[in-house]
Amino acid sequence: MAATQTEVITTPEAQALRAAISMDQHPTRPSPLANTLTFAWRALLKIKHVPEQLFDVTLTPIIFTLMFTYLFGGAIAGDPETYLQYLLPGILVQTVLIITVYTGFTLNTDITKGVFDRFRSLPIWRPAPIVGALLGDTVRYTIASVITVGLGLAIGFRPEGGVVGVLLAVVLLLVFAFAISWIFTILGLVMRTPNAVMGVSMLILMPLTFASNIFVDPDTMPAVLKAWVEVNPVSHLATAVRALMAGTATFDQIGWVLLASVVLTAIFAPITMHLYRTRN
Amino acid sequence: MTSPPDLAIEAHGLVKHFKETRAVDGIDLVVPTGTVYGVLGPNGAGKTTAVRMLTTLLRPDAGTARVLGHDVLAQPDAVRSLVGLTGQYASVDEDLTGAENLIVIARLYGFTTFAAKRRALDLMEAFGILMEAFGIAEAANRPVKTYSGGMRRRIDLAASLVMSPRVLFLDEPTTGLDPRSRNQVWDIIRVLVADGATVLLTTQYLEEADQLADRIAVIDHGKVIAEGTATELKRSVGAGSVSLRLAASGDRPRAAEIVERTLGAEVVLAADPYAFSARVPDDGADLAAQVLPALADAGITVPEFTLGQPSLDEVFLALTGQPVDEGDEDGESRPAGGDGDGGDRSTRRGRRAARGSAPGARGEPSSTIDGEVA
Repeated sequence: MAATQTEVITTPEAQALRAAISMDQHPTRPSPLANTLTFAWRALLKIKHVPEQLFDVTLTPIIFTLMFTYLFGGAIAGDPETYLQYLLPGILVQTVLIITVYTGFTLNTDITKGVFDRFRSLPIWRPAPIVGALLGDTVRYTIASVITVGLGLAIGFRPEGGVVGVLLAVVLLLVFAFAISWIFTILGLVMRTPNAVMGVSMLILMPLTFASNIFVDPDTMPAVLKAWVEVNPVSHLATAVRALMAGTATFDQIGWVLLASVVLTAIFAPITMHLYRTRN
Repeated sequence: MTSPPDLAIEAHGLVKHFKETRAVDGIDLVVPTGTVYGVLGPNGAGKTTAVRMLTTLLRPDAGTARVLGHDVLAQPDAVRSLVGLTGQYASVDEDLTGAENLIVIARLYGFTTFAAKRRALDLMEAFGILMEAFGIAEAANRPVKTYSGGMRRRIDLAASLVMSPRVLFLDEPTTGLDPRSRNQVWDIIRVLVADGATVLLTTQYLEEADQLADRIAVIDHGKVIAEGTATELKRSVGAGSVSLRLAASGDRPRAAEIVERTLGAEVVLAADPYAFSARVPDDGADLAAQVLPALADAGITVPEFTLGQPSLDEVFLALTGQPVDEGDEDGESRPAGGDGDGGDRSTRRGRRAARGSAPGARGEPSSTIDGEVA
């Protein structure tokens, strides 16, 4: 065997290989932030190579905004334009929250394909793959937000809060979306297939988004539903986003959303990380 | 560091259960640095589970394991910074290009963007030179999903070499590869070891273990059933075996009797009524050469005669007294999901089935007189 080795190493191919593999100096270990940003970059590369995955992100907001504005506008508010002022911030919230289910879906895809095994065998900050993916996802949320708000402006949405109000509203929404994504990362880790993750995530999102004040004022609802709508964090989020866009936001309104985001992260991020670490 | 640094891997009494299956049932391994260690066994023997425990992906239920002196449970991060892992299924991102896959890994290790890009291209080029006909410049910019199986394997291998690991774990690195790609992977392993790395590779092929490994552990049902150098193992099985296929099935009883007499070993009759085989006893190489003349003298025509190394089947038969148990995959077919990933597993199993039919399958004869085989 020793003879074969020597033989192998003297061929030019082997020497090239050897030169490529050997390293003069080892880089220093990067920070948790650097690790996280690498994973965020990876998520962007995936968007670049599979732009089809942006279809939902771009088409859903367009369909939702047009459909609900003209379907319900006249009946609920007298005319679509008046209703749009109420609906648009809500439809923005719904659009972005629905996209958050992709987080669990892509995580699960990575796991089933074995890509995560490699990441887990690397000496990196452990939460980096997941946090980085979540950060990468905010790019999708931003695209969806731009499309929704842009379309809204084109068909008559006139936010009193101006550019600053709209920007702050989107930022608040991104914070909440990041927080709620931890629920879907858990699903991504425990479910068997990406499609199962998708199904269950939608089941969770339906009552959260539809049974809220996104579409209508809860005053006309039966007591039980109204009680749920009023505790539903998505309602608080829609209220705060609406208020920021209207330029009337209070600290309370924003505070509730931030508190909900912190609580969601504090509960579900550690569960996600525990599942990730102990995964067989 | 409590264990001497001259041991790359040291495992004692490793145990892992999955539900009621004892995938790994008390495995001991001692691998000196700078050597190639082969873990030989059939599907479901526990090879992958053992590798996953040694690379910190899986927590052992019992036992201890150290990699270059670092405990896999107490110092997982230290272990991760020293090892490279190439799993049984190419764990590269299919949507990304080959270069991007390597750049992501290099960035995670702390290479600057520029250095990561260079490292990725260097590795790809080196692997490209080894594989000659591979148009690397073009391939570098194509998504991995357009790569052939052999190319994916090499990118996967390159990914685990980004940081020149001191200990490299290769889980069935050549399963499903054509002979050419397999030889290239073997060359890569030899270069690595010549440069001082330690390699633990799992395999289903005795020939592969024989070619590469300094020592071999044969495992079955989660236990090490034999350990030693390739020569020692083969000695325990016999010098090899002869397989014959006759022109007429009616000749078989007579031919079998002649072969039994010549070799002094029992023959095994195959399901095919024209064929049978027999183990060549220790230092019986000369005897094997006498088989054909003896049959010719008796007027028996032998269109196919193969003299080969013992196959894994024969090693198993000799070591366990029973043939390889193919049905039991449960211990091992859970690369990603320990708790019964239904959908996941079926796809993997499907892929494995596809690979199983590739050349280089188990028991491939290492030398033939037939001129048609191999």
